[in-house]
Amino acid sequence: MEIKVVRKVLAVNEQMAAQNRQLFAEKGVFTLNLMSSPGSGKTMLLEKTLGRLLPRVPTGVIVGDICTTNDAVRLARSGAPVVQINTDAFGGDCHLAAHVVREAAEDLDLAAIDLLIIENVGNLVCPAEFDIGEDLRGVVLSVTEGEDKPLKYPLMFRVCNFALLNKIDLLPHLQFDKERAIANIRAINPGLPIFEISAQTEEGFAPWLAWLEERVREKQQTNRQPEETGNGR
Amino acid sequence: MHEMGIVLQIIETARAAIPPQLQGIQVKALNLRIGKLTAVVPESLRFCFNIARQDTVLAGASLRIEEVPIEAACRDCGERSIIETPPFTCSRCGGGDLAILSGRELIVTSLELADP
Ligand SMILES: Nc1nc2c(ncn2[C@@H]2O[C@H](COP(=O)(O)OP(=O)(O)OP(=O)(O)O)[C@@H](O)[C@H]2O)c(=O)[nH]1
Ligand SMILES: [Mg+2]
Ligand SMILES: [Zn+2]
Repeated sequence: MEIKVVRKVLAVNEQMAAQNRQLFAEKGVFTLNLMSSPGSGKTMLLEKTLGRLLPRVPTGVIVGDICTTNDAVRLARSGAPVVQINTDAFGGDCHLAAHVVREAAEDLDLAAIDLLIIENVGNLVCPAEFDIGEDLRGVVLSVTEGEDKPLKYPLMFRVCNFALLNKIDLLPHLQFDKERAIANIRAINPGLPIFEISAQTEEGFAPWLAWLEERVREKQQTNRQPEETGNGR
Repeated sequence: MHEMGIVLQIIETARAAIPPQLQGIQVKALNLRIGKLTAVVPESLRFCFNIARQDTVLAGASLRIEEVPIEAACRDCGERSIIETPPFTCSRCGGGDLAILSGRELIVTSLELADP
């Protein structure tokens, strides 16, 4: 006997993500899901970004790691409210799932922030599969990782709404072919905005910050006109 | 890498799909559709499934995976292409502005139960 099921395996996560999205919309919080392989510079990018946005743009951070609170300690120095998620409490997951983000968000005063940045677990595979209720997804690719990463991890580069090419201060010391890396990103996702930056020197930060602030402003405008429900995807 | 979590979801989905009057019956096979653009490797999924199915209604079940190709429609010329490997480009005009139509499926489609 056959029983038809036809149910998405990740349906529970998707429902939870939709609830998160609604919560963030109600509170007028623009939410970013930042992903990359381990060590691409997500935390340093956030430290420097927070340093430039605060206190003008009230920002909160959720940071996911399998273990340790090192990243949260680094980020808290900016003065931003930071919640650390250690996924080893959730089975050592290699990604953040929507229910985990929900629990972390409950430890933040969402009414007090306009921007929430979520640093996902360092991994180019799994986080791409899990919607967490964000407005936009960004991927950080550092120039020490090789030009072919977009072709090896197409799902990640396809689901993202922007990319940051980080550690460009190191370019003079490397064989990295920047144009080829950018072409590879565009081969997966043609219109993707790409910001060339150095989290270390803050080179290239002005366009990145201007773009980010514009997205935050947009969210607040749509929030004032609730009939418009663009979620930027 | 997260195949074990996915397998646990699959087992839960299967368990919930068995009507109450048939609880306790053995599942012979579980049918899945998995898109080629998902972050799921079928071999890893099978490996995890063989571990996780023990002591569940799926203990004797085989896993049948139908892989769904990545199909995309060109927004410039309308051509539909099957994409085997990156880059994602239209097979007719070579354009890159594609709408992905399939390839992200991760679906339990049906269960086959042993005869009562
Ligand atoms: N030269 C240079 N080094 C950088 C830059 N950004 C980050 N780094 C270094 O790269 C290393 C990793 O940076 P993190 O910010 O911890 O990377 P991450 O992506 O948060 O790492 P995980 O959270 O472990 O995935 C650190 O030693 C940083 O100092 C950059 O722009 N230039
Ligand atoms: Mg980090
Ligand atoms: Zn075409």
